[in-house]
Amino acid sequence: MAATEKLVMRGISKSFGNLRALNNLDFTLRRGEIHALMGENGAGKSTLMKILIGIHMADSGEIFLDGEPVVIASPREALARGIAMIHQELYPILDMSVADNLFLGREWKRNAMGPLSMVDRRKTRRETENLLAGFGIGISPDAAMRGLSVAETQLVEIVKAVSQGAEIIIMDEPTSAINEKEADRLFAHVERLKTSGASIIYISHKIDEIFKIAETVTVLRDGNFVASRPTREMTPELLVSQMVGREIDDIYPPPPPDRHIDGAVLEVSGLSDGYRFRNVSFQIRSGEILGMAGLMGSGRTEVAECVFGLTPKTSGETLLRGKPADVRSPRDAVLGGMALVSDDRKQKGLNLAATVGENISIVSLEECSRLGIIDRVRERAGVDEYMKRLAIKAESADTPAASLSGGNQQKTVLAKWLMAGPEVIIFDEPTRGIDVGAKREIYQLIRELAAQGKAILMISSEMGEIIGMSDRVIVMADGELAGTLDRSELTEEAIMTLAANLGPTGKGVR
Amino acid sequence: MKNRVGKYTVRELGIFAAFIALIVALAVVSGGTSISPRNLVLVIKQASINGILSVGMMFVIVSGGIDLSVGSILAVSGVAASMFAHPGEYHLAIPVALAMLVGLALGCANGFLVAFGEIPPFIVTLGMLTMGRGLALILSGGSPIYNISKPFENLAGGFFPSAGFPYRAPILSVYFLAVVAAGAFVLTRTVYGRHVYAVGGNEMSARISGIRVGLVKMSVYAISGALSGLAGLLLASRIVSGNPNSGSGYELDAIAAVTIGGISMSGGAGKWHGAVIGTIFIAVMGNGLDLMGMPSNLQLVIKGAIIIAAVFYDIRAKRKR
Repeated sequence: MAATEKLVMRGISKSFGNLRALNNLDFTLRRGEIHALMGENGAGKSTLMKILIGIHMADSGEIFLDGEPVVIASPREALARGIAMIHQELYPILDMSVADNLFLGREWKRNAMGPLSMVDRRKTRRETENLLAGFGIGISPDAAMRGLSVAETQLVEIVKAVSQGAEIIIMDEPTSAINEKEADRLFAHVERLKTSGASIIYISHKIDEIFKIAETVTVLRDGNFVASRPTREMTPELLVSQMVGREIDDIYPPPPPDRHIDGAVLEVSGLSDGYRFRNVSFQIRSGEILGMAGLMGSGRTEVAECVFGLTPKTSGETLLRGKPADVRSPRDAVLGGMALVSDDRKQKGLNLAATVGENISIVSLEECSRLGIIDRVRERAGVDEYMKRLAIKAESADTPAASLSGGNQQKTVLAKWLMAGPEVIIFDEPTRGIDVGAKREIYQLIRELAAQGKAILMISSEMGEIIGMSDRVIVMADGELAGTLDRSELTEEAIMTLAANLGPTGKGVR
Repeated sequence: MKNRVGKYTVRELGIFAAFIALIVALAVVSGGTSISPRNLVLVIKQASINGILSVGMMFVIVSGGIDLSVGSILAVSGVAASMFAHPGEYHLAIPVALAMLVGLALGCANGFLVAFGEIPPFIVTLGMLTMGRGLALILSGGSPIYNISKPFENLAGGFFPSAGFPYRAPILSVYFLAVVAAGAFVLTRTVYGRHVYAVGGNEMSARISGIRVGLVKMSVYAISGALSGLAGLLLASRIVSGNPNSGSGYELDAIAAVTIGGISMSGGAGKWHGAVIGTIFIAVMGNGLDLMGMPSNLQLVIKGAIIIAAVFYDIRAKRKR
C-alpha cells in the first residue's frame, strides 16, 4: 500500500433489513487531498460516512488507516483515530462562548479533581485565541455561539476538529445554508487545511463547487461504486450523468412553445413588516414564473411568509385576482388559493409523525369530506393520484413520511399543495438539499404548473435555477426590492449587481 | 418494516400480550377471585370512569399538550351537580347539564390560556389542578354533599339491560363505550381529528397548511374538560355524594393509560385503542394489587414507575427510527 494513501475502505457492504444500502464498495482517500463524494440522495454517501465515523458497522469489508487495518466502533473511537465529521446541521451550545464550545468535554483544568476540577478559563481563552488566529478567523473567543452566523459556526467546528487532531475531516454539504461569499471564505480555509496535511472528504450537491475545490471525485449510485477520478478529467455533464446513470441534456426544461401569460393573479404593493423588509411591490401573472433572487438575509423568505399571512405586516396591500385580499393567517391564504412550499420542509412542510398520505391530504380534507366526516375512499384516491403524478417513491400512502429521502419528502410537500389546487404557488428554495434527478422532476413540474395557468413565485439562491426557470426576476437587497429583470436581461452579473446593491438604483456597498 | 406484524406494531402486540398475561397471572394468584363476576363489575366500574378521562386526555396528548387538571375538574363538576341533585328540588337535567357545562367552561379556560396566552400546558393545567380543587372545596364547604335523589343515583348505579337478562353490564360501561366510540370516530374519521394529529405532529407545518391551530388547541382542552365533567357527574352518582376530594390523582391514571397505550407524549402519534387497552390495564392492575393485599401507597410507587417506563420505551423506539 502506497504511503500516500491515508484511508482505504475496501469491499464495504451494509444492509438495513432487506434494503441493500452499500454493495461491495471501495473508497480510497489520499493524504492531503480534497476528495468529493458525489451521488444522488440514497446513493449511499451518508451510510458510507456513518460507517467511517463508527455510527454504523459494516456488514463486511475492511478499513485501513495509514495502511493499518482498523475497526471503528463509535464516533468517539473515530475521533481518537483522527476522523471527524462536520455535520450538515450543527448543534453548538448556543449560550456558551466560542472558547467553551471549542473545549467542551476536554476542558483545560486547573487541578486534577476529575469532574470537580476547576476550569482554567484563562488558558481556555488563550488556546482558543491561538487556534482562531492560526486559521485567520476574526472571531472573539468570548463571543456567544448564539451570535455567530452559520458560516462562522462551521469554522468554529472545523477549528475544533483540527484541534482534536483530526487528520480526516468529513464535510457534509457545508455550503447548503451559507451564501456564496461565505462559501468562498470556507473554501480558502479548506485549502489551508489541506496544505497542513489533513485529508478532506467533501459531500455536496453543488456541482460547480466540486470543480472549484476538489482534486478527486468519487461517484456512488444506488449503493454501488461508479467511478473515482481526478476532477480535471471530469466535466460537469459527465459527473451528472454518472450520478444519475443517464444523460441529462438540460436540467432546466424549456418553457412550452404555446404558453401564454395572462393577467395578474397576485399583486402585492408597498408591503412592509416594519422590521425585515420595506415597501416591496410585485405582481405575478397567470402562467408566469417570477423568480425572486437576493443574498441570504435579504428578506426574501420573510416577504413570502408575510404574503402568505404567516407573519403580520405593518403596511401594504394584497390583491388576488384583482380583488383586495385581507390575508391575516395562512388559513386566509389557503382559502384564497395560495400555497407555500417552504424552504425548510422538516420544520415547516411535513408532519414527520404522520404517514405520506396523511401529509398529502391535510390541506384538502374538507374537499374529501361531508359534514366534517372524511370520505376515506375519496381521500385515498386523491392521495394515490398525486403520489403517482409526482412519482413519490414510497411503498404506499401508509409509509411514514419520516422514512422518505429528502427528494421524496419534498415531493410529498408538493403533492400536498397540488392536491389543494392553488392558483398561486410560492416555492421557497424548492430544490435545496435534493439530488439532481429529483431536481429535474421538480423543475419539470413547475413548468407544467405554469403551463396550467398557475402564478408562480420561486425564491432561490441558485443562480442557475433562477436564470434557467424564471420568466422574470425580482431581486431583493437589504430588505428592499433592488430591481426587476426580464428574461432577456437575465445574466448572473445583472442579478449579482442588483443583489449586492451595486446597480445604478442601488445605494452602493455598505 | 420489521417492527410490524400485519396491521399492528410489535409494541401494540406486546402490550396486548402483557395485558393477557396480567389477567391470567392475577386469576391464578387470586385463586379465581379476580375473574369472579362480582370483582369484574368492580373493575369495569372503575375503568369506565377513568376511561372517560383517558379519552379526553388522548385528545390533549395527541395535540401535543397535557392536561393535569382532569381530576380537579371532575371534583368541581361532581360537587356542582350534587348541589342541585337533592330529592324533589330540580329536574335531573339541571345537575347533568351543570356538570358538563362546568367541565366545559374550565376546559375552555385551560384551552384559551394554552392556545392564545401561549402559556405551556403543563403550567396552565397545573394551576387549574390547584384552582379546581380549591373551587370544589369552597362550593361544598369542605365536606361531601349528601342527600342525593334516586334518579341521580340511578344515572351510574344501574345495569344494562335493565332487568331480566342473564348477562348484564354495569351501566357505567355503556357510558364509557359510548365515549370511546365517539372519541375514536372523531379522532380517526373526521377532518377535525386529523387536524388534532397534524397540530401535535408539527404545529408550524399545520399552521402553514391552513389549519386553525389556536382553535384546535383550545378545543382539545374543552373536550377534556367536558369529559371530566361527565366523569365527575358519574362518579358523584356512583358514590351517591358530591365529594370535593374525589378524583385526586386521576390525572395520573389517565396519563398512564394513554402512555401505556402507546400514544406518544410528544404528540401527533397514537391510536385510540391504545387508550382503551391502557385504561383497562391500569384498572385491572390496580384491582389485582388490591386483591393481593398490596398497600395503596406502594401501588402509587408502581404506577409512577410504569408511566416513566412507558415514556422511556416510547422515546427509545422513536430514536431507533
